[in-house]
Amino acid sequence: MSDRIFGVVGILIAIGYVIAALAIEESFLSDAVGPKAFPLIIAAILGLSSAVIALRPDAEPTWPGLGRLVEIAAAVVVMILYAEMLPVAGFVIATAFAAAYLAWRLGSVPLEAVLTGIGTSVGIYVIFHLVLGLSLARGPFGF
Amino acid sequence: METLANLGDGFAIAITWQNLLLALLGCFLGTIMGALPGLGPSNGVAILIPLAFTLGLGATPSLILLTSVYYGAMYGGRISSILLNIPGDEPAMMTCLDGHPMAKKGMAGEALSLSGVASFVGAFFATWGLILLAPQLVKIALLFGPAEYFALFALAFMTLGGVSSTNQAKSAFAAALGLGLATIGVDTQTGVPRFTFGEVHLYDGLDFLVAIVGLFALSEVFIFLETRHGGSNAEGKKISIGRLYPPLAMLKACTPTMLRTSVLGFIAGVLPGAGASLGSFISYSMEKRLVDKEGTFGTGDPRGVAAPETGNNAAAGGALVPMLALGVPGSGTTAVLLAVLLALNITPGPLLFTQNPDVVWGLIAALFIANFMLLAMNIPMVGLFTRVLMVPPRILMPIVAMVSFVGIYGISGSTFDLLVMIGFGVMGWGLRKLDVPLVPIILGTLLGNAMENNLRRAVTIDNGNWWTLIDSPLSLGLWAVAIIGFVMPLIIGARVKAKMHARRDEEGSISD
Repeated sequence: MSDRIFGVVGILIAIGYVIAALAIEESFLSDAVGPKAFPLIIAAILGLSSAVIALRPDAEPTWPGLGRLVEIAAAVVVMILYAEMLPVAGFVIATAFAAAYLAWRLGSVPLEAVLTGIGTSVGIYVIFHLVLGLSLARGPFGF
Repeated sequence: METLANLGDGFAIAITWQNLLLALLGCFLGTIMGALPGLGPSNGVAILIPLAFTLGLGATPSLILLTSVYYGAMYGGRISSILLNIPGDEPAMMTCLDGHPMAKKGMAGEALSLSGVASFVGAFFATWGLILLAPQLVKIALLFGPAEYFALFALAFMTLGGVSSTNQAKSAFAAALGLGLATIGVDTQTGVPRFTFGEVHLYDGLDFLVAIVGLFALSEVFIFLETRHGGSNAEGKKISIGRLYPPLAMLKACTPTMLRTSVLGFIAGVLPGAGASLGSFISYSMEKRLVDKEGTFGTGDPRGVAAPETGNNAAAGGALVPMLALGVPGSGTTAVLLAVLLALNITPGPLLFTQNPDVVWGLIAALFIANFMLLAMNIPMVGLFTRVLMVPPRILMPIVAMVSFVGIYGISGSTFDLLVMIGFGVMGWGLRKLDVPLVPIILGTLLGNAMENNLRRAVTIDNGNWWTLIDSPLSLGLWAVAIIGFVMPLIIGARVKAKMHARRDEEGSISD
C-alpha cells in the first residue's frame, strides 16, 4: 500500500512539475532547446517511474508506530525552532538545548542529556569557533 | 615516465605540514566514522564537507582531508564487523562472515591486523591502478563532445542503481527527483527563473551541500530516533583483542588472495554501478570458489577476512578513476567527493588533469600517504578505535546533528538553508523507509546542470536536430552500455541482492 500511495504522490509531483515547467516565461533570446525541454523530459521519467512503482509495489516497509512518528515530528519541530532561534539566542545556548533534547529522546537519562547538550555545544564552540575560527551565530551575549 | 614525474610533483605538493596533518586527521576521523555503525563513508564525508569549505581550505588540502576520510572509513568498517558482527558500513558486510567467527575463536587481534594489512594492499594497488588508468581514460574523454557527455551522464544515472538493485523504477525515480531539484533556480543559458515560485532564496538554486547533509546525516538521526536503539551496540560484550600482529604464515597464506582480489576489487570500483559493496562481495565469492577446498570459509578462515577487505578498499580506489577522469562518479561516496570539487569551483573531468594537475597529483600522492598512515594507525592503535565503539548513539547522534547544522550555517549563515536541510532530512528518512536509493538524488542535484547544458549545447550546435544525440559511434556505444546497465538488474538484481544481504539487511539506501 505504501508504494501505491508513494507512486500516486510521485505522479502528482510530476504533473505539478509539468505545470510549473510550462509556466516558465521564455526569454526572447533563447537557444534551440529552451529552458522547458529538459524539465519536461525529467517530468516524463518521474511520472513513468512513479506509475511503475504504483503498479508494481514492493513489499510493505515496516512503519513505526504512532508514538515513534510523533517522536520524529517532535524532533523536526525542535530542529526548526533551533534554526529559527539560532540568530536570536546565539549558538551556545540554542545548541545546548537542541543537543540535550535529542540526547534525551534517544534514551539518555535527563542529567546525562543535559551534560551531553552542554558538552556538545561548548565542545563545538571551542573547536570550531575558538580554534578554527569558524563564524557561528552570535547571540545577545556574544556567543 | 611522465607519470612518475607528475607523481613526484604531487608528493612535493602533498608533503607540507598542513597537508600531512589534514591527512592524519582525516584518516583518524574516517576510521572512527567507518567503525561506528550508522556512520559510513558517504555520510562521514558529507558532514565534513561544509566544514572543510567554511574553514577556507584550498582545493588540494580539502580533497586531501576528505579522501583520507574516505579511505579511512573503508578501513574502519571492518572493526565492528569483526568484533561485534555488525558491519560498520555496507562494504564491510562480507567481513562479518569470517571476521566474527575468527574473533569468537579468540583471534580478534589477528583478524583485525590481517584485515588492516589486506585493506592496505587493496588500497595500495588500487592507487597505482588509478595512476595508470586515469590518464588513459582522460585521452578517451577528450574525444567527447556535448552529445557524448550527455550520454555519459545518462549512463551514470542508469547504472547507479547497481547490479544489486531490485527496483529500477525507484532508482529512476530518485535520479529524476535529483535532476528536477537541480533545475530549480535561474536558467544558466537564458537567465529566466525556473521553479522558484518567487522565493528569492531559490534563485541561486538549491545548494547541493545542503541536500547532501540533510539526506545523509540528518536522516540517520531520524532513523535512530525511530528505532531508538540508544544503547551502544558494544555494551555488554566483552572484547578481548589478543595479539596485535598477524603471524607471518597467515600473511603468506593470504598473499595470493590479496593480490587477486586487489585486481578484482579495482575493476569493480571502476565499472559504473558496482562500487565497494559489490567489490567486497565478488571478491569473497571468487575466493570462496577458488581456494575454499576444505569448506572453511564462513567459519573463521583468514582468507575469508582478507578477500572482502582487500576487495572493498581496492574498489574504493577504483571508484576514484571515473570521478576524476570523467567527472562522473560511480558510487555514493565519490558522488559526495564530486560535490567537494564542485563546491570549490573545480570542474572534474578530462580538463582537470591539464588545468589543475596540482590538485590531481597532490591528491594521488596524498592517497599514498594516507594509506601508509592508515596502516600504521590501524595495526598498533586498533585498541583505541575499539574503545570508540563504546560511545552510545544517544550521545553520538546529537553531536552528528549539531555538527551538520554548524557546517551548513557556517557556509551561508542563513536560517533558510537550515530549514531546507531539515526538509531534506525528513525526505531522506521517508525515502529510506520506502527503499528508494538516495545516491541518485545527490548525483542528480550535482550533475543536473551540467547534463542539461550538454544536452542543449549538443542540440543547439546541430541547429535543433535532436538526432545528433545518437549519431556518433561513441555516443551510441555509451547509450548501449547505459541500457544494458539499466536492464541487467531487472534480470539478475534480485539474486545478487539476496546473496549480498543474506545475513543482514541494513543501511540499504546509503550504500557505498
